[in-house]
Amino acid sequence: MASASLPGAAGGLGARRWLAMLARDPLACLAALFLLLLVLAALLGPALIPESAGRMNLRLRNAPPFELANGWLYILGADTLGRSMLARLIEASRSTLMVASSAVALSFLIGGTLGVLAGYARGWGATLILRMADVLMSFPSLLLAVVVLYTFSPSIKNIVLVLAITRLPVYIRTARAEILELRERMFVSAARVMGAGPIRTALRHVVPFVLPTLLTLAAVDFAYVMLAESALSFLGIGIQPPDVTWGLMVAQGRGYLASAWWLAFFPGLFIMLTTLSLNLLASWLRVAADPQQRWRLEPGGKAGDAP
Amino acid sequence: MSGHLLEVTDLAIRFGTTGGGVQAVDGISFHLDRGETLAILGESGSGKSVSASAIMAILDCPPGRIARGSILFEGRDLLSLPESERRRLNGERIAMIFQDTLAHLNPVYSVGWQIAETLQAHKGLSAREARAEAVRLMESVGIPEPASRANDYPHQFSGGQRQRLMIAMAMALKPALLVADEPTTALDVTVQAQILDLLREARDSTAMGMLLITHDLGVVADIADRVAVMYQGRIVETGPVREVLGNPQHSYTQRLLSAVPGREPPPARPPVADLPVFEARELTKHFPITGGLFRRPTGEAVRAVDGVSLTLRRGETLGIVGESGSGKSTLARMLLRLEEPTSGAILFEGKDVSSLAGPELLSFRRRVQVVFQDPFASLDPRMRVAEIIAEPWTIHRDVLPRARWNARIAELLSLVGLRPEHAARYPHQFSGGQRQRIAIARALALEPEIVICDEAVSALDVSIQAQILALLDQLQRAMGLAYLFIAHDLPVVRQIADRVAVMQRGRIVEQGPCEEVFERPQHPYTRALLAASPVPDPDAQAERRKARRELAGV
Amino acid sequence: MGSFIARRSLQSLVALAGLIVLVFFAARLTGSPADLYLPIDASVEARQAFNEKHGFNDPLTEQFGRFLVDLARFDLGHSIRKDRPALEVVLEAIPTTLALAAVTMTLAVAGAILVGSLAARRPGGAVDRLGSTLSLAAASAPDFWVAISAILLFAVALGWLPTSGMGTFWHWIMPVGVLLIRPFGILVQVVRGSMLGALSAPYVKTARAKGIRERTVVFVHALRNGLLPVITVAGDQAAGIVNGAVIVETIFGWPGIGKLMIDSIIQRDFAVIQASILVTAAIIFAMNIVIDLAYGLLDPRVRHA
Repeated sequence: MASASLPGAAGGLGARRWLAMLARDPLACLAALFLLLLVLAALLGPALIPESAGRMNLRLRNAPPFELANGWLYILGADTLGRSMLARLIEASRSTLMVASSAVALSFLIGGTLGVLAGYARGWGATLILRMADVLMSFPSLLLAVVVLYTFSPSIKNIVLVLAITRLPVYIRTARAEILELRERMFVSAARVMGAGPIRTALRHVVPFVLPTLLTLAAVDFAYVMLAESALSFLGIGIQPPDVTWGLMVAQGRGYLASAWWLAFFPGLFIMLTTLSLNLLASWLRVAADPQQRWRLEPGGKAGDAP
Repeated sequence: MSGHLLEVTDLAIRFGTTGGGVQAVDGISFHLDRGETLAILGESGSGKSVSASAIMAILDCPPGRIARGSILFEGRDLLSLPESERRRLNGERIAMIFQDTLAHLNPVYSVGWQIAETLQAHKGLSAREARAEAVRLMESVGIPEPASRANDYPHQFSGGQRQRLMIAMAMALKPALLVADEPTTALDVTVQAQILDLLREARDSTAMGMLLITHDLGVVADIADRVAVMYQGRIVETGPVREVLGNPQHSYTQRLLSAVPGREPPPARPPVADLPVFEARELTKHFPITGGLFRRPTGEAVRAVDGVSLTLRRGETLGIVGESGSGKSTLARMLLRLEEPTSGAILFEGKDVSSLAGPELLSFRRRVQVVFQDPFASLDPRMRVAEIIAEPWTIHRDVLPRARWNARIAELLSLVGLRPEHAARYPHQFSGGQRQRIAIARALALEPEIVICDEAVSALDVSIQAQILALLDQLQRAMGLAYLFIAHDLPVVRQIADRVAVMQRGRIVEQGPCEEVFERPQHPYTRALLAASPVPDPDAQAERRKARRELAGV
Repeated sequence: MGSFIARRSLQSLVALAGLIVLVFFAARLTGSPADLYLPIDASVEARQAFNEKHGFNDPLTEQFGRFLVDLARFDLGHSIRKDRPALEVVLEAIPTTLALAAVTMTLAVAGAILVGSLAARRPGGAVDRLGSTLSLAAASAPDFWVAISAILLFAVALGWLPTSGMGTFWHWIMPVGVLLIRPFGILVQVVRGSMLGALSAPYVKTARAKGIRERTVVFVHALRNGLLPVITVAGDQAAGIVNGAVIVETIFGWPGIGKLMIDSIIQRDFAVIQASILVTAAIIFAMNIVIDLAYGLLDPRVRHA
């Protein structure tokens, strides 16, 4: 009897249940672990890596990887100035992740809000938002970035802005399409009959459905934005030295392909592993966030539980 | 050696490959002769459709698995035939028709092509010959202008026509056995009667055996010779239709029969005072048709509701019957103020509903509630039952102090026949009937005066339907509710309503006390509806069929 | 269907118009071409003469008006860098990119249909799990890194393939290979998902109940339905290549439209920027209409909507 208490948040799932569901998918588990390590390294990097690692050490110029003779810092080799690759990679991870996460957060918030508005409002406001998205979609995004970054100096702030703007349409369209479908659902009608106003139905019954879709999209988009930033930096119009990102490291290592392949290889590998982990986690999230599919990830939920 | 056309012995089907599998079919045996119709009668989850799939070799394996048993067709065991040989029997000697014809016909190929495909696959006809034959088949099942319509696609046909096309496809090679899986479910009663006639004709002209899978006792009475009643994966009773329906032996069959609405005279209704609460005057809803480059209105409109006037009194049940497309759901949405009427007025206690705003609208929302047809769609799948039932209170803050919510949720759940501990679960953990109970509990949370039931029991099995109807009746007596009860099923309406209005193409063609409309229908459409509505008694059903033919002037 | 296409074309034209305005002004924001094309110590007079010659001295609105008038006559201006009509320069680069896109997308779509269908035949099986993981990895690969790694391996270390340029069959392998990785990865997942849905659809049951051969069931009944979402995604991917195979064209030295655009932006060759964006946008709009038509051809429900 007492168990019939009113749960707090919608679909209130404990952290423990999420972890249990994660454990049921080994690949997603590995991906989460990798991302966790990465974020930790980016956050704690400066504290962990001795300052000496950032210094030039001409004796170790282009030291090859996988040799412990120079200490664990040089396990991934050293660059053309004799700096530890590992230390450089961790340093670059900070700006790489920062740029991507700010851009994704920005386009998620603005695009999601505009999409919800476009889905709810009828009339010229919605049309304007959609046409704007159309124009942005048909504009080659890499080119937009090139124009803007070439016009206004390629600072981190401008790169974030450009990346966020080019990704806006994706969120606008996804959110709007979902809302158009959701607002015709029976339980939304039921809520209106109860007397719920538009804001209440939106926040209680519509947005919670759009949110997982948008979050999954954001995870995939994070990967996309990271690739785009790397591509821009690779082309020389993204992040500028002395700042460094993985994409820039690949570009800088490109000239030494024949003599020191690890200079370009490892940063690229990290880009790849990070995007792959995000994609893996996103496909796991798609299942875990859906109450009707969630049972697949729960113990003993394999049979009989499905409707 | 028996000479049966089809003989199923001790068939068992399991679902789920690991230890926790489900025994969907648990050792059933039956047989079918040429020219005979055997109905397998059962509710959802009884295993009847799974058995049909096993006979057709279209069971999804995995997760399905035939655990034991044999299926003899013309003396050969279908289960031990090699795959390619088994497949060749399908379409030629054994054919099947399905329930949801829109989903079961391939949406991207023309119907003529789909019928011709069977002929080409088995007879090696040329494309042209097969097509000519397909057109002839379409004509024989009563599709007008078959030659041109053969190029059309499934979505361009009505539900009844699609079932006719399915029958044409199945009968193409004059099979010895036809498996019909709920062939008339979801069709309007008048269309259902036509399809049953067509099936009867096809069976009698080719002397094929027909295995009819259905949940509808009326359909069984109409067309079957023998019936096997399935319950939880077993056949609990079998015999000639007249015997089983007239004198059921097994307790489940008895329960099923007593659950059929309209078998017994409807219970006496409490008297209703003449206090109108809800009134519709000349209500009209037109949906303009748009077209052209800029989607301008073309000036034409779909007249979904066309001048409807009705009155609902305090504590009464007004039934609204009509077939699909009659405008009854649009009417409900307008009464709920989910849709603005094109013209006309809705009065709630004398006040125009469309002029309500602010606290007055909120008070209207509190006093008029709804139960929708589809219990799968009307509950937010992300909310727990407790949150669903408590939601009205978060909107109408003065109804109940928060401290009493949990106790009231438990009360409401008990009231609708659920357990208080169900409050912590999600909707997808419940069956259809249970979900509809949750929807009712939510509608009652605000202690409304009027509940609009829009096909509220149509998606439910007949035994569950009877329980929900009883629950609605009991709640009405206890709380003095008024119901506007919308349904396509006449016996259901007769069981629960005081008065009834019959809708056809957006208009009310007949309106009056239940007894009068059902016993002495005035309008021809009401008569046609009544004659087409099947009863679970083969003799009475034969009478009705005769009456229907006379009405149609045959 | 006819009015649907007409409406889509109209919408495309509106978007195209917006694009023209945007491109015109964005290009001029990059700064004065005089700084790039004249020696640093060029006199004020020389600058004046340069600007006068190319019409950069007039107010922006007047320049824009002239641009529109020329546009109406299909005159997209003159390339400062190459001293030739801009349209000519662009039309020279377009076939290279289109050929690259066509070959890449054909291979990616064909491969994805094969792998995706096989994976969908037995969900959870070995092919499915391997295919899903590999396609996810492919969709996550940074193309510039794959490109230079491929050069390192196949051109530098093994010496099998030429590093850049075009001409022989061998020149195509690396650019196409690098370019198709991501579309292929994404398409495999789309094909798998839609074929899973199509193979469990009721009409597949009907086909089996009709006694149709399993091969016909999969490749006639299910595939045509399963292809519908694939077309949309493939169209988007193809548009992506036409729009910006910049990286691959730059790394492998392909004189395509992506490389041309980047070069002309950096060189402030306004006419070529405008022309190349207009032409690619027009190609992409045309492609979208073809995709709509293909959709209607495959799905009669769209045709009659």
